[in-house]
Parts: sequence; structure tokens; C-alpha cells
Amino acid sequence: MSEARWAERDTTPERIEAALRELLRERHAENEALVPARVLNLIVVAEREWRGEVVNRLERVGSYHPSRTILCTVEDERRTIDGYATVSGDVADEGGVGVLRESVEIALGAVHTGRMDTIIDPILIPELPTVIWSPHCRDDAVEALLPLADVILIDTDDPVYFDGPGAALSRAAELLDSHVDVVDLAWLRTIAWRERLAGSFSDPARAGLLDGLRRIYVRHHPGSIVSALLLTGWLASRLGWSASALEPTAGGARSAVAVRTGGGPSVAIEFSPVKQAIRGLAGVTVSGSSGFSLAFERAAGGLVAREQRAGSKPRQWQLFGASRGEAGILGEGVRQALIRDHIYGPALQAARSFSQ
Amino acid sequence: MSVAESEPVEAENPLVAGLERQPVRSTAMVIFGAVGDLASRKLLPGIYNLAHEGALPERIALIGVSRGKLSDEDFRASAREAIERFSRRRPDPDVLAGLLENFRYVQGAFDDDTLYARLAETLTGLDQSLGTQLNRIFYLSTAPEFFPTITGRLGAQGLSSSEDAEVRVVIEKPIGYDLASARAQTESVHQYFEESQVFRIDHYLGKETVQNLMALRFANALFEPVWNRNFIDNVQITAAEDIGIGTRAGYYEGAGALRDLVQNHMLQLLALLAMEPPTEFEANRLRDEKVKVLEAIAPPALDEVAAMAVRAQYGPGVVSGAEAAGYRDEPGVAADSRTETYAALRLYINNWRWAGVPFYLRTGKRLARKLTEIAVTLRPVPHSAFQGPDSGGVQPNQVILTLQPDEAVSVSLGAKVPGTKMQIRPVNMEFHYGTSFLSESPEAYERLILDVMRGDATLFTRADEVEALWRIIDPILAAWELDTDTPIPQYAAGSAGPVQAVELLDGRAWRRL
Repeated sequence: MSEARWAERDTTPERIEAALRELLRERHAENEALVPARVLNLIVVAEREWRGEVVNRLERVGSYHPSRTILCTVEDERRTIDGYATVSGDVADEGGVGVLRESVEIALGAVHTGRMDTIIDPILIPELPTVIWSPHCRDDAVEALLPLADVILIDTDDPVYFDGPGAALSRAAELLDSHVDVVDLAWLRTIAWRERLAGSFSDPARAGLLDGLRRIYVRHHPGSIVSALLLTGWLASRLGWSASALEPTAGGARSAVAVRTGGGPSVAIEFSPVKQAIRGLAGVTVSGSSGFSLAFERAAGGLVAREQRAGSKPRQWQLFGASRGEAGILGEGVRQALIRDHIYGPALQAARSFSQ
Repeated sequence: MSVAESEPVEAENPLVAGLERQPVRSTAMVIFGAVGDLASRKLLPGIYNLAHEGALPERIALIGVSRGKLSDEDFRASAREAIERFSRRRPDPDVLAGLLENFRYVQGAFDDDTLYARLAETLTGLDQSLGTQLNRIFYLSTAPEFFPTITGRLGAQGLSSSEDAEVRVVIEKPIGYDLASARAQTESVHQYFEESQVFRIDHYLGKETVQNLMALRFANALFEPVWNRNFIDNVQITAAEDIGIGTRAGYYEGAGALRDLVQNHMLQLLALLAMEPPTEFEANRLRDEKVKVLEAIAPPALDEVAAMAVRAQYGPGVVSGAEAAGYRDEPGVAADSRTETYAALRLYINNWRWAGVPFYLRTGKRLARKLTEIAVTLRPVPHSAFQGPDSGGVQPNQVILTLQPDEAVSVSLGAKVPGTKMQIRPVNMEFHYGTSFLSESPEAYERLILDVMRGDATLFTRADEVEALWRIIDPILAAWELDTDTPIPQYAAGSAGPVQAVELLDGRAWRRL
């Protein structure tokens, strides 16, 4: 492991950028096999008091680490800017290259957030995509940074920072309209569920059953109603359903009804919060009028599937897949910043209809 | 007739649209040679990693077939050990335990008819116990002499096709020993399997960099205008290894460098580098273009071989500071062996794009370093404005695609040396795959196994492609076999190869290893 650090109190963006260049030059001069990674700029805006938690999450994103991470920690009363730069990388194997990663931390105050673009712009690598993540929803900073951004990473499932699921989904829609790409961690928590549902109905043995669905029942972590709405929104957008607004039912559960745009029987949609340690979904059941039902439940080593068909014994099996964990979800978010997901927008629009 | 032609899933199922990972049908994979080296090191860990990522189909079963007497439990224990040892990820205990539950073992000799009856019974049992009709993949991870035996008996037992499931067979290299044996193998496989069911693996094609070669050519307007005889002077393709043959003398003595690497991997690289752009990235479109360019390489006449091909063997030498034995002193190698451990060729592609451009290929064991690369050298500038003693640094541009040890693309450019004089020297503009994506590439086998499950043959070798490859190599092999008198040139272990290989280059030089 090769690492070099620089720090300066009451500094300027120009001095931070110059320090990064010098650190990279020194590392490369010391060992030509050490070369900087060139993937994307990740700007993280976090509250100073939660710095440790954010740093910890960034450290665990694994192989999807961005090449230049700029962590801005905001303390309301602070008037000056302190800068810290680190260039680190694994020493190369013989004949290979070692990849250098650059981390910058900037401690700044609320007074700076409204013009944060002028602080960050000089530190970005210009030709790379720039991703913004503001886990504590410093919207003033995000607004200032948007002109620099290609992608914004949000988590519409975070109940602390949104005033209900409707506000969370509206904020995501607003960002999508601002011509940046949105990578929503709540949406990424539904990947395995979407893939498994899609895979199930690609099996010829279930051909035609999609048209006959009458009920969707989603179980979710109490804080993950938005993931549940996005999953159902995805189903609605793909299958041509229009959903009604959510109605509260007993025990914190909610329900809605979806109507097929081409006509036909409506689909009952229910959401129930359940206790589970991991954020995201806990289970999904889709059922039809012919006695068919297919349920997926979160379990160790993947999902457990249970299927019921009219006149047949219930069947149960395991769908393999190791849990990514929250760090893995963030890592997947960084990876998704490099690609484009064209089905999120329609799923988001459909999910919003539950909250209108 | 199987239902191998994939059905339009997306049209029937709107949920699959836009998913990054498309669904795969439930599958039973039968590995012949399930306790062998390839299965242990690559196939079983590859399948585990697909399970870990959630990429396997809804229901997956695996049947190991081998001669050894093992119970299902013994096989699971052996598979667990292989996965724990060779998986690129630390296995998740719950995923691994669940995956192993549907592993079965069928014991028998590959020419024993009862083996196939028991195999059929096991497959039917899995269909019933898993409650679905599983697709079948028969993976022949065995010595090639068993391929006809296995495919013939699978056919005779009625296992090569199904009304209700897709049936595919995967064949590992070497695909034949020469053109005649490759044709014979294809014919024997085609007795019971249609070509659309046959997946001939060349794991090189599963490597990200090899696929990136196509991206580089066809996703960038920068290169295509100069990718022809008007601008390119020559192409060098190198696959150098610093290791010897290790314990593979039994295989290598009968194969040699030409069969081991040139006939498959290196000619595949040449085809991808030189083919015309396919109209779409689809299995048959891509393979049509590869076949066209391979067929444009005129096979040499026997009396032309000496002028376009060089073979050699490594002698004793020093590798990484340590004494290394010569090939003929390796265990299991005949003292008078004429098997080449080094081969170099000069080939021409007789078509409008490439006429007159030499393609130089070289591969060898025990060379100075491990390196796989393609070097495309452009013609010199037509007139150098930098005349005089300072103009010596103006070198032709090169585009270098490196596959090993790092995956990279570099372009050499002439640049002014800082100072008061107009001195030029070459500098490199480099793109390292690892530094630009960071994410860990999946093992080639993982990608390819998933492609077989999906029925996507884009990265597999078609029968006519195999023939086209052998048609180039066959006369060289024949000429070398006929020549039993000329001593095989020797090169010192740890060197850059035999001096004779330089004579192929028409006054040019091999790139430094």
C-alpha cells in the first residue's frame, strides 16, 4: 500500500488541487507503475457530525470505488475552509500497474454551501463524469453543485430526510427533470426482486399468468416504503396499470388499487411494514385469479420462493444471491453512475401516483 | 429438433425490458470430467460466483459425471473444496450450501451405455423434484478423444434433443488435432446436435479485453479510417509466456505451440482485429465476419512454409535469476522431441482492406516475460518536416492492445522534447482498463457459462470458423511433420526467442518483450 497525505488549514481550492497534482506526481515519480484511476468524480456533502459514518460507508464500497472522492463536511458555524488530500493505491505486481485513488476532504461552513460549485469545480477532473451524493440532504449545496453534475445519487428510502414517501418521490422526479441522471439507492434495493419477478414470468410454465394478476402484496422494512412503491411502480409501468392513491389500513399497512389501461379486472396492491434488520424489501407475493400465487421472501443466501398453483402441492425453493449490504448498495450506486437505467423514470412516475 | 432457437422472451414478458441482466431459463448442467482440473479451478467456482451474484436461473442443478466412484455427498464435498479454494470471492456459506444441495453425481466410463441411462434417469428425477422442465447443458470438460463417444451416446440415449427444453453441448479446446480431425469431430457432434446447440469454448473470447478490442474498433471513429493497408504497415500479435510446460508434457508433446495457442487464441485475435464491422453484435453476424477474414488468409503451400513460419524449442537458460531446464530435459519430454515450444508466422490477408500488410504472430514458452499484446504499427509520415540530426526520433505511430499482464490500450505519438531545439521523441498515451473502470472483471468462464445458459453463441466458435482456422494451420503442421531432418532451432530459456524468427520480418524488428 502506497499512501501520501497533505493537509492545510484555511486553504483554497486552488491549493488543494495543486497539492493533489503534486501528490500524484510524487507517487508516479517514486514508482512509474503507480497510475491514477480515471473513473468518476464523486462529491459527497455530509454533516460534520456524521462524517465518520459516511467515511465508513465510502470505505466499504469495494471495487466500485470512484477515482476522485471529494467529501465536503459542513459545520454550520465554520467560516474557513480546511483541506485534506490523500493519494493511495496498491503497489503493483511485477509487470503490472498499481491504481492510485485520490481522496479530498474539505471542511467548510453553511456560509459556503450556496456557492459550493466555485469551491469544488477547480478540484474536479474535467473529463470524467461527476456524481453528487448528499446523504444528509444539504439541498442548498446540491442546488449549487447541480450544474457540475452528470449524476445525482439519492436515497428516496431515507425517512429522516424526506417528509414522507410523496416528498421523496417528488424530489427524485424534480431532479430527473433537471437533466441530471438519478441513481436512487431505494431503486437499487429492488434489483434482485425485479430480476426474480421478471425471470419467473419468462418461464414458459407461467406464460400468460402476468395478465391474470389480481393482487400484489409487498412486505418492507418500516423505513423502506419507497422501495416498495418503486417495485410496484415498476410493475405498473411495465404492465400498463394506473394506480390509485394509497389508503392506510390496519397496523401501518397501506393499500391501493391499480386499473389496467386496456381494461380488465383491477389489481389490489397492499404494503405492510415488517420487522427486519436490513433496509429494503422483505417479501413480495403476486397472485392471480386462477389460484396461482408466487411469493419471494428474503432469507439467508438469497430469497426463498414459494409457489401455489390450483390443484398442485405448494412448492418452495431457494433463489441464490449473497446480500450486498448497504455498502454494497452504495457501491452498486457508484457503478450505476457509469450506465443508464431507462426504466427508473417510468417506475418513478407510476410510484408517484400512489402518493397523489 | 430442440427448441434451441431462443424464443422472443421480451415480447411475451414486458418485465424483462431494460433489465441489465436478462433472465435465464432453469437449467441442469452436466459436467463430464467433473472432478478434473478445469472443473475444479474454473467451472465450479464460476458457477458459484454466478450464484453469489444472483445471476443463476430460478432452478439450477448440476450433475457431475466421472469415472471415479463417488457418492453425491462425496462429490458435493469435492465441489465445496474446489469452490472454497479457487473462487475469486470468499463463498457465502448459505449460498454455497443451497447451491450444493442440487449437485448430483453419476459415475461411469464415458463409453458405458448404462452411464447415459442413469444420467437420463437422474435428469428426469431432477425435473420432477424441482417441478420444472430444466434446460440441459452437457459440458465436455474431458480429453477431446471422448467428445465423439460422449455426444454419440447422448444422442443414442435420446438426450441430445427435447420437445420441452433446450439442449446444448459445450466443447472445450482443442477442437481437432488438424483439419481432418476437426471436421470428423464436427461431423460426429452434428450426428446428434445441430450447430445451434453446439458451444465451442475459447475462453480467450470471454476476456473483457478481447471484447474491448471490438469496442475500440467499432465504437470509436478515431481508428477505423486508418485501419487498412493505406495507413498500417504491419501488425504483430504476441502471446509470450515465461513459464515452461510444467506437468503438461503429456498434452504438450502431442500439441506444440502452434496447436496450443496459434490455431485458436491468436488467430481469433487476428480475426477480431481485421474483420469488417458486423452489422450488429449478434452471434451469426459477428462469426460471419470472422470467417470471411480467416478465409481471406491463403494457406501456404508446403514449400512456402519455411519462408513464413519458424518453430523452435527452449533450451537451458536463466529465468528470473534461476537456472531453467531446456524443453528436452523437462520430465515426460522425449530427448529427441521435435515438438515446438515457440512458433512465429507471417500471414497476409488477401482482401481489399489488408492486401500487402504482414501480420506477424509469435508465441512461446519460457520467454523473457509474460505478455500478450497486439501491436499495430502505422506507416511513417510521408514527409518529415523535422529534417537533420534531430529528426531521428520521429517514429511511426503504434496502437498497442495489451491483454496480459495488464489490460490496456496505448497509442504512441511523436512529441517535442522540451528545449530550444525541435527534437522529437515517441511518448505513450495510455488507457489502463483497470484504472478506468476499477470494477473487478468476472472470470471469462463465468461470462461464458451464463452465455451458454442464455443460448447466446456470440463468443463461441462456429464449425465453419474452426475449419477456417485449421485450413491456415494445417499446411504448416504438415510441412513440419514431413521435415524430420532439419534440427529444431533452440532458444535460451528466458530469452526473447530464436534469432530465426527475425528473418520473417522483412527487415523489421519484433517488439521487445
